[in-house]
Amino acid sequence: MSTRWFGQPIPRVEDERLLRGAGAYLDDLGHDALAAAFVRSPHAHARITDVDVSAALDVEGLVAIYTYDDLPDRLAEPLPLLIPHPTLTHGRTPYALARDKVHHVGAPVAMVVAEDRYLAEDAAERIAVRYEPLPAVVGIAAARAAAHLVHEDVPGNLAARMTQSTGDVDAALAAAPHVLSLDLAIERSASTPLEGRGVLARWDAEARRMRIWSSTQTSTGVRAAVAAKLDLPLVDVDVITPDVGGGFGVKIMHPWPEEVLVPWAARLLARPVKFVEDRREHFVASAHERGQLHSVRVGFDDDGRLLGLDVRFWHDHGAFIPYGLIVPIITSTQLLGPYKPGAYRVTFDSLYTNTVIVTPYRGAGRPQGVFVMERVMDAIARELGLDRTTVRERNFIEPHEMPYDHGLVFQDGRPLIYDSGDFPASLAKLKQLVGWDDFEQARETARAEGRRIGIGLACYVEGTGVGPYEGGHVVIETSGKVKVATGLTSQGQGHQTVFAQIVADELGVPLDDVEVVTGDTRRFGYAVGTFASRAAVMSGSAIALAARAAKEKALRVAGDALEANPDDLEIVDGVVRVVGAPGAEISLGTVAVLSNPLRYAFDTAAQAATQFASGDPAKPPVPEDDEPGLEGRDYFSPMQSTFANGMHAVVVETDPDTAEVKILRYCVVHDCGTLINPRIVEGQIHGGVAQGVAGALYERMAYDDAGQLQNASFMDFLMPYASEVPSSVEIDHLETPSPMNPLGIKGAGEAGVIPGAAAIASAIEDAEGIVLTSMPISPSELWELRRSKETG
Amino acid sequence: MMRVDITVNGRARADDVEARLLLVHYLRDVCGLRATNVGCDTTSCGSCTVLLDGASVKSCTVLAAQASGHEVTTLEGLNRSDGLHPVQEAFRQEHGLQCGFCTPGMVMAAVGLLADNPDPSEDEVREGLEGNFCRCTGYHNIVRAVRAAASGGRA
Ligand code: FES
Ligand code: FES
Repeated sequence: MSTRWFGQPIPRVEDERLLRGAGAYLDDLGHDALAAAFVRSPHAHARITDVDVSAALDVEGLVAIYTYDDLPDRLAEPLPLLIPHPTLTHGRTPYALARDKVHHVGAPVAMVVAEDRYLAEDAAERIAVRYEPLPAVVGIAAARAAAHLVHEDVPGNLAARMTQSTGDVDAALAAAPHVLSLDLAIERSASTPLEGRGVLARWDAEARRMRIWSSTQTSTGVRAAVAAKLDLPLVDVDVITPDVGGGFGVKIMHPWPEEVLVPWAARLLARPVKFVEDRREHFVASAHERGQLHSVRVGFDDDGRLLGLDVRFWHDHGAFIPYGLIVPIITSTQLLGPYKPGAYRVTFDSLYTNTVIVTPYRGAGRPQGVFVMERVMDAIARELGLDRTTVRERNFIEPHEMPYDHGLVFQDGRPLIYDSGDFPASLAKLKQLVGWDDFEQARETARAEGRRIGIGLACYVEGTGVGPYEGGHVVIETSGKVKVATGLTSQGQGHQTVFAQIVADELGVPLDDVEVVTGDTRRFGYAVGTFASRAAVMSGSAIALAARAAKEKALRVAGDALEANPDDLEIVDGVVRVVGAPGAEISLGTVAVLSNPLRYAFDTAAQAATQFASGDPAKPPVPEDDEPGLEGRDYFSPMQSTFANGMHAVVVETDPDTAEVKILRYCVVHDCGTLINPRIVEGQIHGGVAQGVAGALYERMAYDDAGQLQNASFMDFLMPYASEVPSSVEIDHLETPSPMNPLGIKGAGEAGVIPGAAAIASAIEDAEGIVLTSMPISPSELWELRRSKETG
Repeated sequence: MMRVDITVNGRARADDVEARLLLVHYLRDVCGLRATNVGCDTTSCGSCTVLLDGASVKSCTVLAAQASGHEVTTLEGLNRSDGLHPVQEAFRQEHGLQCGFCTPGMVMAAVGLLADNPDPSEDEVREGLEGNFCRCTGYHNIVRAVRAAASGGRA
């Protein structure tokens, strides 16, 4: 029998190439290309009164300088608002180059194209832009106060206000025996992939076709955007995603100004043009996430059961809102986690500030929501003197209540219905893994040694694998090799490996014979993109269906050739054979030859095929409803998301003098349905946990009141090194298969990051006996909290 | 323009370069060795790590001119025809990479670390790799890979 690959923790097929340095990231391409550099605003908010390029013109190697006034037609219009929403009444998007105002530090004002990047920057430095500074709106408080406006025609800096509710919250709170109010805050952070953004464009003047490589999470999205902006037929634009050095959300945004300007310049100059973002640009000109303030009232009974939850929050989306309301909608729905809230009402304001735009970063609004809900759980436990796990257990949705309908609308516009999950079982596993019930003993031992330790936990539910669809294409070539394509993109998740595992099993071919291509519109034109932990669920399912279609055809064609009933055939190691009839077999490559009734024989496979009958002379060579070739193409479009879930527990030690926080243990129980490759899933959790820890203890965007990002470099933005992450992450999986797709999988990409801040806050609170209301927390902030507690 | 004589991956070269050209750009654009990546502009990320006379350095912080008269080894210099270098192989076995962008620098830093300390403890590996960012893996499997490569070398 052939091996079953699904579920095996095999090493990745991507790795040998990458380890040999043969990866091809964006900047590894286009050595013949001109280089673009950008003049960017040094002000958070200003009117541009003059752009003087004269001093730049004699820089050797300069090719062109463009400002807003050079932009033609649709390029001169604001960039698209990608995801409109009825409540997004005041959506504003930027121009590709600033028109008469800049709205954040880093906004592009002029594009310089030169023979290389050194020269482009030489010229950019000499362009003199005169600004008339305007008051900057920085932070949620300033945005709400609206003493100044980011956009003159947006009153109150308010882009959208949205409310969802189930039940009568006011009545529930009025009748509740206990009511608590909490004010909670999460600061800005960012995806921060190690490779920034980048785009390369080649215009083929003879064919009048555009070819673009972009370090993006959606090649089809970039393709449609560029075609529209440059007025090109979609069929004449190819977008190829090369190796991408991480995304984590930020590269789902499209089109970036640079993504339309670079192809435009390439066409105008009839030369390839490349832009590769540097690190400072990534901090001030890509996107951030997370910044929210929440004000919560919760009513509960004497047992700690929720009766009503009223959440009001404010979301800082930066200077523009091209990606719409996805992040705050996710916060407002996924805040509920594994719990039944009783009556629930959530209202958010999405506010403009003079800062970098906000688009999803791994977790996408969930870390904030989970922080809020888990703070509520801990507050109830404290109020009633209950164990924190007891309060959670009492509020869980029980397995027999699945599917569970919250009566709300999720980010995809579909009802928020959990498909599966066993929360009590997950919590039991977590308590066991971390030794929750024995912790008091450990605490006492530590105390006796003069050490402070604390334990915390947090639970989440994550809607993964959102629609609308993805597709897969599987071709069996006459060599017997299987070529697979899907439209969504990869940024290091190991898609080539897991999709190959799926196809090898579905078809019965050796894993090495399967080659997977992602994110290349030449190979697959219909796709949405890689976000919302959807790749395995959506493309994995579509590819499985496509492989099944290819297999069905293979068995049909082989059945004709072997004069056997297709139901009696099996495929093992790339050979179709009649079950129980040794020797009656035909290789898949030969079947591929037979499936395409050509007149010409090119190769040995074609010659080998001549021994088989060449079809029924009473039918046309390609029968009606059939097509030549051994291929399968299919799409997967589920009714709704699947819902993965998990729980993290963390043990911390806080230094009595310095208030430094050290993570002693980090435990994860995770349910992402069936696992295609456990090693890859664990790698995703490791990476997510590191980002969660970073977001809890180190990373934040430090804007000053003038809107200058004071830590816009890797020297000042404290991304963790190997020495700052917990030295082990203990993982236990629970596999409740999703009923929503043919493979039973749920997404796994984002999970690791989601409950980090909540769990760590809970643990620090437990160690210190100080209530935490805001994350991240630095040692000096913790030290201040201690001091204010002592001084009462 | 100035003349530099640099031995790159065992091969002696002579090139005319601008005085301001960084070693990383020399390697990528002049030598065509594009494994070495650039991830920052403040000498913080280590994506650009190469060996200069056997010691790991950040090639974004060395001028090509400063490397003149010296030997540089990049990730490509580890490649062999018969499989992977033990450190590369350990990264593959331990799933020590995801997007792979940090990997060339991380592998070279690890090679440099193991040259100094052939049998590092977990803490020594973590400290030794301080200076190299990875945003994908959370470092666990990288640390595991370096330790595996160390014990593989010992065996
Ligand atoms: S490129 Fe970041 S340290 Fe060299
Ligand atoms: S593998 Fe992506 S940064 Fe390390």
